[in-house]
Amino acid sequence: MEATAEGTGQPSRSSRRFRAIVSFTVILLVLAALWEGYKWMGQTTGGVWPGTDIGLPVRTNNRAMPHLWDIVAALFRPARRGGDEILLVTLTKAALFTFRSAFTGFVVGSAFGFGLAVWFIRSPLAERGLMPYVVASQTIPLIAIAPMVVIWGGQVGLPTWMAVAVISSYLSFFPVAINSLRGLRSPPATAAELMRSYAATPRDVLTKLQIPAALPFLFPALKIAATASVIGAIIGELPAGLSVGLGRSLLSFASSFSSAPEKLFGAVVLSAGLGVAFVGLVAVAESRLIPATRRIAEAEAAAA
Amino acid sequence: MSQPAVMLTEVSMVFEAAGGFVHALDDISLEVHDGEFLSLIGPSGCGKSTMLRLIGDLLEPTAGTVTVKGKPARQARLDRDYGMVFQTSTLLEWRRVAANVELPLEIMGVDAAARAARAAEMLRLVQLDGFGNHYPWQLSGGMQQRVSIARALAFQPSILLMDEPFGALDEMTRERMQMELLRIQRQTGTTIVFVTHSIPEAAFLSDRVAVMSPRPGRITEVIDIELPKPRIFETREDPRFFAAVTEVRESLRAIEGAP
Repeated sequence: MEATAEGTGQPSRSSRRFRAIVSFTVILLVLAALWEGYKWMGQTTGGVWPGTDIGLPVRTNNRAMPHLWDIVAALFRPARRGGDEILLVTLTKAALFTFRSAFTGFVVGSAFGFGLAVWFIRSPLAERGLMPYVVASQTIPLIAIAPMVVIWGGQVGLPTWMAVAVISSYLSFFPVAINSLRGLRSPPATAAELMRSYAATPRDVLTKLQIPAALPFLFPALKIAATASVIGAIIGELPAGLSVGLGRSLLSFASSFSSAPEKLFGAVVLSAGLGVAFVGLVAVAESRLIPATRRIAEAEAAAA
Repeated sequence: MSQPAVMLTEVSMVFEAAGGFVHALDDISLEVHDGEFLSLIGPSGCGKSTMLRLIGDLLEPTAGTVTVKGKPARQARLDRDYGMVFQTSTLLEWRRVAANVELPLEIMGVDAAARAARAAEMLRLVQLDGFGNHYPWQLSGGMQQRVSIARALAFQPSILLMDEPFGALDEMTRERMQMELLRIQRQTGTTIVFVTHSIPEAAFLSDRVAVMSPRPGRITEVIDIELPKPRIFETREDPRFFAAVTEVRESLRAIEGAP
Protein backbone atom coordinates (compact mmCIF):
# COMPACT_ATOMS: atom_id res chain seq x y z
CA MET A 1 0.00 0.00 0.00
CA GLU A 2 2.81 2.37 0.86
CA ALA A 3 4.52 1.65 -2.40
CA THR A 4 1.43 2.59 -4.42
CA ALA A 5 0.99 5.77 -2.39
CA GLU A 6 4.55 6.73 -3.19
CA GLY A 7 4.13 5.76 -6.83
CA THR A 8 1.37 8.31 -7.45
CA GLY A 9 2.00 11.80 -8.72
CA GLN A 10 4.11 13.07 -11.57
CA PRO A 11 7.61 11.63 -11.90
CA SER A 12 10.29 14.27 -11.72
CA ARG A 13 11.94 15.57 -14.87
CA SER A 14 15.29 13.92 -14.22
CA SER A 15 13.74 10.55 -13.39
CA ARG A 16 11.69 10.70 -16.57
CA ARG A 17 14.85 11.40 -18.57
CA PHE A 18 16.62 8.52 -16.81
CA ARG A 19 13.77 6.16 -17.65
CA ALA A 20 13.84 7.28 -21.28
CA ILE A 21 17.56 6.52 -21.49
CA VAL A 22 17.06 3.10 -19.85
CA SER A 23 14.23 2.12 -22.20
CA PHE A 24 16.20 3.34 -25.23
CA THR A 25 19.20 1.24 -24.17
CA VAL A 26 17.08 -1.84 -23.46
CA ILE A 27 15.44 -1.65 -26.88
CA LEU A 28 18.84 -1.17 -28.54
CA LEU A 29 20.13 -4.30 -26.79
CA VAL A 30 17.03 -6.28 -27.77
CA LEU A 31 17.46 -5.27 -31.42
CA ALA A 32 21.15 -6.17 -31.32
CA ALA A 33 20.29 -9.54 -29.76
CA LEU A 34 17.70 -10.20 -32.49
CA TRP A 35 20.26 -9.38 -35.21
CA GLU A 36 22.97 -11.55 -33.76
CA GLY A 37 20.51 -14.28 -32.72
CA TYR A 38 19.05 -14.55 -36.21
CA LYS A 39 22.55 -14.62 -37.67
CA TRP A 40 23.66 -17.30 -35.23
CA MET A 41 20.54 -19.40 -35.94
CA GLY A 42 21.12 -19.22 -39.69
CA GLN A 43 24.78 -20.13 -39.33
CA THR A 44 23.88 -23.09 -37.08
CA THR A 45 21.07 -24.54 -39.21
CA GLY A 46 22.67 -23.84 -42.59
CA GLY A 47 20.19 -21.16 -43.62
CA VAL A 48 16.83 -22.79 -42.81
CA TRP A 49 14.26 -22.40 -40.02
CA PRO A 50 15.12 -24.92 -37.25
CA GLY A 51 13.52 -28.34 -37.82
CA THR A 52 12.30 -27.49 -41.36
CA ASP A 53 13.75 -27.15 -44.79
CA ILE A 54 12.20 -23.68 -45.28
CA GLY A 55 14.90 -21.20 -46.20
CA LEU A 56 15.46 -18.02 -44.18
CA PRO A 57 14.42 -14.81 -45.97
CA VAL A 58 17.81 -13.14 -45.50
CA ARG A 59 21.16 -14.84 -45.77
CA THR A 60 23.18 -14.80 -42.60
CA ASN A 61 26.75 -14.93 -43.84
CA ASN A 62 29.16 -12.11 -43.00
CA ARG A 63 28.69 -10.51 -46.38
CA ALA A 64 24.91 -10.09 -46.10
CA MET A 65 24.78 -9.55 -42.34
CA PRO A 66 28.06 -8.46 -40.81
CA HIS A 67 28.50 -8.86 -37.08
CA LEU A 68 27.56 -5.70 -35.19
CA TRP A 69 31.05 -5.53 -33.74
CA ASP A 70 32.48 -5.66 -37.25
CA ILE A 71 30.31 -2.67 -38.22
CA VAL A 72 31.46 -0.74 -35.15
CA ALA A 73 35.07 -1.72 -35.81
CA ALA A 74 34.80 -0.60 -39.44
CA LEU A 75 33.79 2.86 -38.22
CA PHE A 76 37.20 3.20 -36.59
CA ARG A 77 39.27 1.86 -39.48
CA PRO A 78 40.43 4.05 -42.38
CA ALA A 79 37.63 4.80 -44.79
CA ARG A 80 39.83 4.12 -47.79
CA ARG A 81 42.61 1.61 -48.04
CA GLY A 82 45.85 3.33 -47.17
CA GLY A 83 44.04 6.53 -46.04
CA ASP A 84 44.48 8.33 -42.72
CA GLU A 85 40.91 9.30 -42.01
CA ILE A 86 38.77 6.75 -40.17
CA LEU A 87 35.30 5.96 -41.53
CA LEU A 88 33.48 7.62 -38.61
CA VAL A 89 35.13 10.95 -39.36
CA THR A 90 34.43 10.65 -43.09
CA LEU A 91 30.79 9.83 -42.41
CA THR A 92 30.42 12.60 -39.80
CA LYS A 93 31.76 15.12 -42.32
CA ALA A 94 29.34 13.71 -44.88
CA ALA A 95 26.47 13.95 -42.37
CA LEU A 96 27.29 17.58 -41.56
CA PHE A 97 27.39 18.42 -45.26
CA THR A 98 24.02 16.76 -45.75
CA PHE A 99 22.66 18.46 -42.64
CA ARG A 100 23.41 21.88 -44.14
CA SER A 101 21.16 21.06 -47.11
CA ALA A 102 18.57 19.30 -44.97
CA PHE A 103 18.34 22.13 -42.43
CA THR A 104 18.08 24.79 -45.12
CA GLY A 105 15.44 22.70 -46.88
CA PHE A 106 13.61 22.21 -43.60
CA VAL A 107 13.52 25.94 -42.84
CA VAL A 108 12.52 26.95 -46.36
CA GLY A 109 10.00 24.11 -46.70
CA SER A 110 8.41 24.68 -43.30
CA ALA A 111 8.11 28.42 -43.88
CA PHE A 112 6.60 27.79 -47.30
CA GLY A 113 4.19 25.18 -45.91
CA PHE A 114 3.09 27.45 -43.10
CA GLY A 115 2.68 30.40 -45.45
CA LEU A 116 0.59 28.25 -47.75
CA ALA A 117 -1.67 27.27 -44.83
CA VAL A 118 -2.13 30.92 -43.83
CA TRP A 119 -3.01 31.78 -47.40
CA PHE A 120 -5.50 28.91 -47.58
CA ILE A 121 -7.42 29.92 -44.44
CA ARG A 122 -7.70 33.45 -45.84
CA SER A 123 -8.72 32.33 -49.32
CA PRO A 124 -10.97 29.27 -49.72
CA LEU A 125 -10.63 29.73 -53.48
CA ALA A 126 -6.85 29.34 -53.30
CA GLU A 127 -7.27 26.25 -51.14
CA ARG A 128 -9.73 24.59 -53.47
CA GLY A 129 -7.66 25.44 -56.52
CA LEU A 130 -4.21 24.57 -55.21
CA MET A 131 -4.79 21.73 -52.75
CA PRO A 132 -4.96 19.03 -55.46
CA TYR A 133 -1.55 20.19 -56.73
CA VAL A 134 -0.11 20.20 -53.22
CA VAL A 135 -1.24 16.60 -52.78
CA ALA A 136 -0.09 15.61 -56.26
CA SER A 137 3.35 17.06 -55.59
CA GLN A 138 3.92 14.37 -53.00
CA THR A 139 2.96 11.48 -55.24
CA ILE A 140 5.63 12.30 -57.82
CA PRO A 141 8.72 10.25 -56.95
CA LEU A 142 11.51 12.47 -55.70
CA ILE A 143 14.09 10.67 -57.84
CA ALA A 144 12.24 11.95 -60.92
CA ILE A 145 12.39 15.56 -59.76
CA ALA A 146 15.84 15.64 -58.18
CA PRO A 147 17.89 15.61 -61.43
CA MET A 148 15.72 18.36 -62.93
CA VAL A 149 16.17 20.60 -59.90
CA VAL A 150 19.92 20.03 -59.94
CA ILE A 151 20.13 20.87 -63.64
CA TRP A 152 17.88 23.95 -63.39
CA GLY A 153 19.71 25.05 -60.26
CA GLY A 154 23.01 24.78 -62.13
CA GLN A 155 21.63 26.87 -64.97
CA VAL A 156 20.69 29.73 -62.64
CA GLY A 157 24.00 29.48 -60.81
CA LEU A 158 22.71 27.91 -57.59
CA PRO A 159 25.40 26.05 -55.59
CA THR A 160 24.71 22.34 -55.68
CA TRP A 161 24.11 22.08 -51.93
CA MET A 162 21.35 24.67 -52.32
CA ALA A 163 19.75 22.76 -55.17
CA VAL A 164 19.78 19.78 -52.80
CA ALA A 165 18.14 21.99 -50.16
CA VAL A 166 15.37 22.82 -52.61
CA ILE A 167 14.76 19.10 -53.18
CA SER A 168 14.73 18.61 -49.41
CA SER A 169 12.19 21.42 -48.92
CA TYR A 170 9.96 19.74 -51.48
CA LEU A 171 9.40 16.90 -49.02
CA SER A 172 9.27 18.94 -45.81
CA PHE A 173 6.71 21.58 -46.79
CA PHE A 174 3.85 19.11 -47.14
CA PRO A 175 3.32 17.86 -43.56
CA VAL A 176 3.74 21.42 -42.27
CA ALA A 177 1.16 22.79 -44.70
CA ILE A 178 -1.41 20.11 -43.89
CA ASN A 179 -1.05 20.26 -40.11
CA SER A 180 -0.82 24.05 -39.97
CA LEU A 181 -4.03 24.28 -41.92
CA ARG A 182 -5.72 22.06 -39.39
CA GLY A 183 -4.19 23.94 -36.45
CA LEU A 184 -5.09 27.38 -37.76
CA ARG A 185 -8.67 26.16 -38.10
CA SER A 186 -8.77 24.55 -34.64
CA PRO A 187 -10.27 27.45 -32.62
CA PRO A 188 -14.02 27.01 -32.09
CA ALA A 189 -16.51 29.16 -34.02
CA THR A 190 -17.29 31.10 -30.85
CA ALA A 191 -13.66 32.24 -30.60
CA ALA A 192 -13.93 33.71 -34.10
CA GLU A 193 -17.22 35.38 -33.12
CA LEU A 194 -15.54 36.81 -30.06
CA MET A 195 -12.77 38.33 -32.19
CA ARG A 196 -15.38 39.73 -34.54
CA SER A 197 -17.22 41.33 -31.63
CA TYR A 198 -13.95 43.11 -30.73
CA ALA A 199 -13.78 44.37 -34.33
CA ALA A 200 -10.38 42.68 -34.53
CA THR A 201 -8.36 42.99 -37.73
CA PRO A 202 -7.54 39.81 -39.71
CA ARG A 203 -3.97 40.29 -38.54
CA ASP A 204 -5.05 40.27 -34.88
CA VAL A 205 -7.12 37.16 -35.48
CA LEU A 206 -4.09 35.49 -37.03
CA THR A 207 -1.49 36.47 -34.44
CA LYS A 208 -3.58 36.34 -31.27
CA LEU A 209 -5.89 33.42 -32.02
CA GLN A 210 -5.04 31.25 -35.02
CA ILE A 211 -1.25 30.99 -34.80
CA PRO A 212 -1.08 30.28 -31.04
CA ALA A 213 -3.84 27.70 -31.51
CA ALA A 214 -1.88 26.09 -34.36
CA LEU A 215 1.39 25.62 -32.43
CA PRO A 216 0.54 22.24 -30.87
CA PHE A 217 -0.39 21.02 -34.37
CA LEU A 218 2.70 22.55 -35.93
CA PHE A 219 5.37 20.78 -33.91
CA PRO A 220 4.44 17.18 -34.73
CA ALA A 221 4.51 18.27 -38.38
CA LEU A 222 7.93 19.85 -37.93
CA LYS A 223 9.23 16.53 -36.57
CA ILE A 224 7.97 14.73 -39.66
CA ALA A 225 9.42 17.51 -41.80
CA ALA A 226 12.80 17.13 -40.07
CA THR A 227 13.07 13.45 -41.00
CA ALA A 228 11.65 14.09 -44.48
CA SER A 229 14.18 16.83 -45.10
CA VAL A 230 17.06 14.43 -44.33
CA ILE A 231 15.62 11.87 -46.76
CA GLY A 232 15.07 14.60 -49.32
CA ALA A 233 18.65 15.84 -48.99
CA ILE A 234 20.14 12.35 -49.30
CA ILE A 235 18.04 11.55 -52.37
CA GLY A 236 18.79 14.99 -53.79
CA GLU A 237 22.52 14.32 -53.48
CA LEU A 238 22.36 11.12 -55.54
CA PRO A 239 22.06 12.70 -59.01
CA ALA A 240 23.99 15.84 -58.03
CA GLY A 241 27.41 14.41 -58.73
CA LEU A 242 28.74 15.63 -55.40
CA SER A 243 31.92 14.17 -53.95
CA VAL A 244 30.68 14.66 -50.37
CA GLY A 245 27.48 14.03 -48.43
CA LEU A 246 25.69 11.01 -47.06
CA GLY A 247 24.04 10.38 -50.41
CA ARG A 248 27.46 10.07 -52.03
CA SER A 249 28.67 7.76 -49.20
CA LEU A 250 25.61 5.54 -49.46
CA LEU A 251 26.00 5.31 -53.22
CA SER A 252 29.71 4.41 -53.21
CA PHE A 253 29.47 2.01 -50.26
CA ALA A 254 26.48 0.28 -51.89
CA SER A 255 28.61 -0.39 -54.98
CA SER A 256 31.30 -1.97 -52.84
CA PHE A 257 28.78 -3.80 -50.64
CA SER A 258 29.93 -7.30 -51.58
CA SER A 259 33.51 -6.63 -50.54
CA ALA A 260 32.97 -4.33 -47.55
CA PRO A 261 29.35 -4.42 -46.35
CA GLU A 262 30.20 -2.92 -42.94
CA LYS A 263 30.83 0.47 -44.51
CA LEU A 264 27.31 0.68 -45.97
CA PHE A 265 25.81 -0.29 -42.62
CA GLY A 266 27.96 2.38 -40.99
CA ALA A 267 26.57 4.98 -43.39
CA VAL A 268 23.04 3.78 -42.63
CA VAL A 269 23.67 4.21 -38.89
CA LEU A 270 24.93 7.77 -39.41
CA SER A 271 21.96 8.65 -41.63
CA ALA A 272 19.55 7.39 -38.99
CA GLY A 273 21.48 9.23 -36.29
CA LEU A 274 21.21 12.48 -38.26
CA GLY A 275 17.43 12.15 -38.46
CA VAL A 276 17.10 11.36 -34.76
CA ALA A 277 19.30 14.31 -33.80
CA PHE A 278 17.29 16.65 -36.02
CA VAL A 279 13.97 15.54 -34.52
CA GLY A 280 15.53 15.98 -31.06
CA LEU A 281 16.39 19.57 -31.99
CA VAL A 282 12.76 20.24 -32.93
CA ALA A 283 11.59 18.66 -29.67
CA VAL A 284 13.84 21.00 -27.70
CA ALA A 285 12.41 24.00 -29.58
CA GLU A 286 8.91 22.72 -28.82
CA SER A 287 9.54 22.45 -25.10
CA ARG A 288 10.89 26.02 -25.11
CA LEU A 289 8.04 27.51 -27.11
CA ILE A 290 5.05 25.71 -25.64
CA PRO A 291 4.96 25.75 -21.85
CA ALA A 292 4.62 22.39 -20.14
CA THR A 293 1.32 23.50 -18.59
CA ARG A 294 -0.21 23.85 -22.01
CA ARG A 295 1.03 20.48 -23.22
CA ILE A 296 -0.46 18.88 -20.10
CA ALA A 297 -3.77 20.71 -20.56
CA GLU A 298 -3.95 19.55 -24.15
CA ALA A 299 -3.10 15.98 -23.27
CA GLU A 300 -5.91 16.06 -20.71
CA ALA A 301 -8.32 17.55 -23.20
CA ALA A 302 -7.38 14.88 -25.73
CA ALA A 303 -7.88 12.13 -23.14
CA ALA A 304 -11.31 13.46 -22.07
CA MET B 1 -37.87 58.35 -22.45
CA SER B 2 -34.30 57.59 -23.46
CA GLN B 3 -33.29 55.99 -26.73
CA PRO B 4 -33.76 52.20 -26.75
CA ALA B 5 -30.55 50.20 -26.40
CA VAL B 6 -31.57 47.81 -29.16
CA MET B 7 -34.33 48.08 -31.73
CA LEU B 8 -35.26 45.30 -34.14
CA THR B 9 -37.70 46.30 -36.88
CA GLU B 10 -39.43 43.63 -38.97
CA VAL B 11 -36.36 41.44 -38.94
CA SER B 12 -36.35 38.17 -40.89
CA MET B 13 -33.58 35.67 -41.28
CA VAL B 14 -33.49 32.91 -43.87
CA PHE B 15 -30.68 30.37 -44.04
CA GLU B 16 -29.93 28.35 -47.10
CA ALA B 17 -29.63 24.76 -46.02
CA ALA B 18 -29.33 21.43 -47.78
CA GLY B 19 -32.63 20.84 -49.54
CA GLY B 20 -34.11 24.32 -49.23
CA PHE B 21 -34.46 27.38 -47.05
CA VAL B 22 -34.89 27.60 -43.30
CA HIS B 23 -36.89 30.47 -41.88
CA ALA B 24 -34.90 31.02 -38.72
CA LEU B 25 -36.65 34.28 -37.83
CA ASP B 26 -39.80 35.77 -39.25
CA ASP B 27 -40.85 39.41 -38.90
CA ILE B 28 -39.40 40.15 -35.48
CA SER B 29 -39.89 43.57 -33.94
CA LEU B 30 -38.59 44.25 -30.45
CA GLU B 31 -37.13 47.02 -28.33
CA VAL B 32 -34.66 46.50 -25.51
CA HIS B 33 -34.60 49.42 -23.09
CA ASP B 34 -31.44 50.99 -21.83
CA GLY B 35 -30.19 49.21 -18.71
CA GLU B 36 -32.76 46.46 -19.09
CA PHE B 37 -32.32 42.72 -18.53
CA LEU B 38 -34.18 40.96 -21.31
CA SER B 39 -34.29 37.21 -21.78
CA LEU B 40 -35.05 35.29 -24.95
CA ILE B 41 -36.61 31.92 -24.20
CA GLY B 42 -38.04 29.22 -26.39
CA PRO B 43 -37.64 25.62 -27.52
CA SER B 44 -34.54 24.70 -29.50
CA GLY B 45 -34.71 25.83 -33.09
CA CYS B 46 -36.76 28.95 -32.30
CA GLY B 47 -33.94 31.20 -33.44
CA LYS B 48 -33.05 32.79 -30.10
CA SER B 49 -29.30 32.38 -30.62
CA THR B 50 -29.68 33.63 -34.19
CA MET B 51 -31.46 36.71 -32.87
CA LEU B 52 -28.63 37.36 -30.43
CA ARG B 53 -26.12 37.10 -33.28
CA LEU B 54 -28.15 39.53 -35.39
CA ILE B 55 -28.10 42.08 -32.58
CA GLY B 56 -24.34 41.61 -32.24
CA ASP B 57 -23.75 41.85 -36.02
CA LEU B 58 -22.27 38.38 -36.11
CA LEU B 59 -24.96 37.68 -38.71
CA GLU B 60 -26.77 40.02 -41.07
CA PRO B 61 -30.57 39.82 -41.37
CA THR B 62 -32.15 38.83 -44.66
CA ALA B 63 -34.71 41.61 -44.17
CA GLY B 64 -35.43 44.35 -41.64
CA THR B 65 -33.11 46.51 -39.59
CA VAL B 66 -31.24 46.15 -36.30
CA THR B 67 -30.42 49.44 -34.58
CA VAL B 68 -28.26 49.70 -31.50
CA LYS B 69 -28.18 53.01 -29.63
CA GLY B 70 -29.50 54.68 -32.77
CA LYS B 71 -26.75 53.18 -34.96
CA PRO B 72 -26.78 50.26 -37.38
CA ALA B 73 -25.66 47.05 -35.63
CA ARG B 74 -22.49 46.96 -37.73
CA GLN B 75 -21.45 50.42 -36.61
CA ALA B 76 -22.18 49.47 -33.01
CA ARG B 77 -19.89 46.44 -33.37
CA LEU B 78 -17.12 48.56 -34.85
CA ASP B 79 -17.63 51.00 -31.93
CA ARG B 80 -17.19 48.02 -29.56
CA ASP B 81 -20.62 48.34 -28.01
CA TYR B 82 -21.00 44.59 -27.44
CA GLY B 83 -19.63 42.22 -24.87
CA MET B 84 -20.26 38.56 -25.70
CA VAL B 85 -20.50 35.54 -23.42
CA PHE B 86 -21.13 32.06 -24.78
CA GLN B 87 -22.13 28.77 -23.21
CA THR B 88 -18.52 27.63 -23.29
CA SER B 89 -16.16 30.15 -21.75
CA THR B 90 -14.01 30.20 -24.94
CA LEU B 91 -10.91 31.23 -22.98
CA LEU B 92 -7.60 31.00 -24.84
CA GLU B 93 -5.85 28.17 -23.02
CA TRP B 94 -2.33 29.47 -23.73
CA ARG B 95 -3.06 32.73 -21.94
CA ARG B 96 -3.22 33.19 -18.20
CA VAL B 97 -6.51 34.38 -16.74
CA ALA B 98 -5.46 38.06 -16.58
CA ALA B 99 -4.12 37.92 -20.15
CA ASN B 100 -7.46 36.48 -21.28
CA VAL B 101 -9.30 39.42 -19.70
CA GLU B 102 -6.82 41.78 -21.36
CA LEU B 103 -7.33 40.28 -24.84
CA PRO B 104 -10.01 42.72 -26.07
CA LEU B 105 -8.07 45.66 -24.60
CA GLU B 106 -4.94 44.49 -26.39
CA ILE B 107 -6.81 44.41 -29.68
CA MET B 108 -8.22 47.88 -28.98
CA GLY B 109 -4.71 49.22 -28.46
CA VAL B 110 -4.89 49.98 -24.73
CA ASP B 111 -1.40 50.29 -23.22
CA ALA B 112 -0.01 47.55 -20.98
CA ALA B 113 -0.27 49.35 -17.64
CA ALA B 114 -3.88 50.37 -18.21
CA ARG B 115 -4.68 46.82 -19.37
CA ALA B 116 -3.24 45.25 -16.25
CA ALA B 117 -5.10 47.67 -14.00
CA ARG B 118 -8.36 47.08 -15.83
CA ALA B 119 -7.94 43.27 -15.75
CA ALA B 120 -7.31 43.38 -12.00
CA GLU B 121 -10.41 45.52 -11.51
CA MET B 122 -12.54 43.17 -13.62
CA LEU B 123 -11.29 40.10 -11.78
CA ARG B 124 -12.27 41.81 -8.52
CA LEU B 125 -15.71 42.49 -9.99
CA VAL B 126 -16.25 38.78 -10.69
CA GLN B 127 -14.62 37.87 -7.36
CA LEU B 128 -11.58 36.17 -8.82
CA ASP B 129 -8.87 38.45 -7.48
CA GLY B 130 -5.71 36.43 -6.97
CA PHE B 131 -6.43 34.12 -9.92
CA GLY B 132 -4.88 36.31 -12.62
CA ASN B 133 -1.78 34.13 -12.92
CA HIS B 134 -3.66 30.85 -13.21
CA TYR B 135 -4.25 29.11 -16.50
CA PRO B 136 -7.88 28.56 -17.50
CA TRP B 137 -7.67 24.78 -17.11
CA GLN B 138 -6.76 25.25 -13.44
CA LEU B 139 -10.19 26.80 -12.77
CA SER B 140 -13.63 25.19 -12.35
CA GLY B 141 -16.29 25.63 -15.01
CA GLY B 142 -18.06 28.33 -12.99
CA MET B 143 -14.83 30.23 -12.45
CA GLN B 144 -13.98 30.01 -16.16
CA GLN B 145 -17.35 31.50 -16.98
CA ARG B 146 -16.70 34.36 -14.53
CA VAL B 147 -13.45 35.05 -16.38
CA SER B 148 -15.35 35.15 -19.65
CA ILE B 149 -17.80 37.66 -18.13
CA ALA B 150 -14.86 39.75 -16.86
CA ARG B 151 -13.37 39.66 -20.36
CA ALA B 152 -16.68 40.72 -21.93
CA LEU B 153 -16.99 43.69 -19.56
CA ALA B 154 -13.32 44.74 -19.67
CA PHE B 155 -13.82 47.34 -22.39
CA GLN B 156 -17.07 48.65 -20.84
CA PRO B 157 -19.46 47.70 -23.63
CA SER B 158 -22.93 49.18 -23.32
CA ILE B 159 -24.65 45.87 -24.11
CA LEU B 160 -23.87 42.39 -22.88
CA LEU B 161 -25.04 39.58 -25.19
CA MET B 162 -25.16 36.23 -23.41
CA ASP B 163 -25.88 32.92 -25.14
CA GLU B 164 -26.91 30.35 -22.50
CA PRO B 165 -23.90 31.36 -20.39
CA PHE B 166 -24.82 29.15 -17.43
CA GLY B 167 -26.17 26.23 -19.47
CA ALA B 168 -23.19 23.99 -18.77
CA LEU B 169 -23.01 24.66 -15.02
CA ASP B 170 -24.47 22.61 -12.20
CA GLU B 171 -27.62 23.93 -10.55
CA MET B 172 -25.97 25.34 -7.43
CA THR B 173 -23.19 27.11 -9.30
CA ARG B 174 -25.77 28.35 -11.71
CA GLU B 175 -27.90 30.00 -9.02
CA ARG B 176 -24.83 31.63 -7.50
CA MET B 177 -23.75 32.92 -10.92
CA GLN B 178 -27.23 34.37 -11.49
CA MET B 179 -26.94 36.42 -8.28
CA GLU B 180 -23.45 37.51 -9.35
CA LEU B 181 -24.65 38.61 -12.76
CA LEU B 182 -27.44 40.76 -11.27
CA ARG B 183 -24.96 42.34 -8.86
CA ILE B 184 -22.58 43.09 -11.74
CA GLN B 185 -25.42 44.62 -13.74
CA ARG B 186 -26.39 46.83 -10.77
CA GLN B 187 -22.76 47.97 -10.49
CA THR B 188 -22.17 48.58 -14.19
CA GLY B 189 -25.61 49.52 -15.52
CA THR B 190 -25.03 47.34 -18.59
CA THR B 191 -27.98 46.35 -20.77
CA ILE B 192 -28.19 42.56 -20.98
CA VAL B 193 -29.80 40.37 -23.64
CA PHE B 194 -29.77 36.82 -22.32
CA VAL B 195 -30.59 33.62 -24.21
CA THR B 196 -31.74 30.70 -22.06
CA HIS B 197 -33.95 27.66 -22.13
CA SER B 198 -34.43 27.63 -18.37
CA ILE B 199 -37.77 29.03 -17.26
CA PRO B 200 -36.80 29.79 -13.61
CA GLU B 201 -33.57 31.40 -14.80
CA ALA B 202 -35.43 33.72 -17.17
CA ALA B 203 -38.00 34.59 -14.49
CA PHE B 204 -35.43 35.25 -11.77
CA LEU B 205 -33.07 37.43 -13.84
CA SER B 206 -35.22 39.38 -16.22
CA ASP B 207 -37.13 42.61 -16.37
CA ARG B 208 -38.88 41.17 -19.40
CA VAL B 209 -38.96 37.75 -21.03
CA ALA B 210 -39.53 37.40 -24.78
CA VAL B 211 -41.11 34.01 -25.47
CA MET B 212 -40.30 32.58 -28.89
CA SER B 213 -41.82 29.86 -31.07
CA PRO B 214 -39.99 27.76 -33.67
CA ARG B 215 -40.34 27.26 -37.43
CA PRO B 216 -40.44 30.06 -38.26
CA GLY B 217 -38.92 31.81 -35.26
CA ARG B 218 -41.34 34.39 -33.87
CA ILE B 219 -41.84 36.29 -30.64
CA THR B 220 -45.22 35.15 -29.38
CA GLU B 221 -45.35 37.13 -26.16
CA VAL B 222 -43.26 39.55 -24.11
CA ILE B 223 -43.86 39.05 -20.39
CA ASP B 224 -43.11 41.71 -17.77
CA ILE B 225 -41.61 40.17 -14.65
CA GLU B 226 -43.10 42.08 -11.71
CA LEU B 227 -40.59 41.13 -9.06
CA PRO B 228 -39.01 43.64 -6.67
CA LYS B 229 -35.35 44.53 -7.20
CA PRO B 230 -32.72 43.84 -6.17
CA ARG B 231 -33.51 40.16 -6.52
CA ILE B 232 -32.14 38.26 -3.57
CA PHE B 233 -31.88 34.65 -2.44
CA GLU B 234 -35.39 34.81 -0.94
CA THR B 235 -36.82 35.98 -4.27
CA ARG B 236 -36.81 32.34 -5.39
CA GLU B 237 -39.20 31.55 -2.54
CA ASP B 238 -41.50 34.50 -3.21
CA PRO B 239 -45.02 33.55 -4.45
CA ARG B 240 -44.65 36.27 -7.09
CA PHE B 241 -41.62 34.40 -8.42
CA PHE B 242 -43.69 31.24 -8.77
CA ALA B 243 -46.37 33.26 -10.50
CA ALA B 244 -43.80 34.60 -12.98
CA VAL B 245 -42.42 31.10 -13.62
CA THR B 246 -45.97 29.86 -14.21
CA GLU B 247 -46.72 32.69 -16.60
CA VAL B 248 -43.62 31.97 -18.71
CA ARG B 249 -44.33 28.25 -18.65
CA GLU B 250 -47.94 28.70 -19.75
CA SER B 251 -46.79 30.96 -22.55
CA LEU B 252 -44.31 28.32 -23.76
CA ARG B 253 -46.96 25.61 -23.51
CA ALA B 254 -49.37 27.63 -25.58
CA ILE B 255 -46.97 27.73 -28.56
CA GLU B 256 -46.39 24.01 -28.44
CA GLY B 257 -50.14 23.46 -28.39
CA ALA B 258 -49.49 20.61 -26.01
CA PRO B 259 -52.18 19.24 -23.71
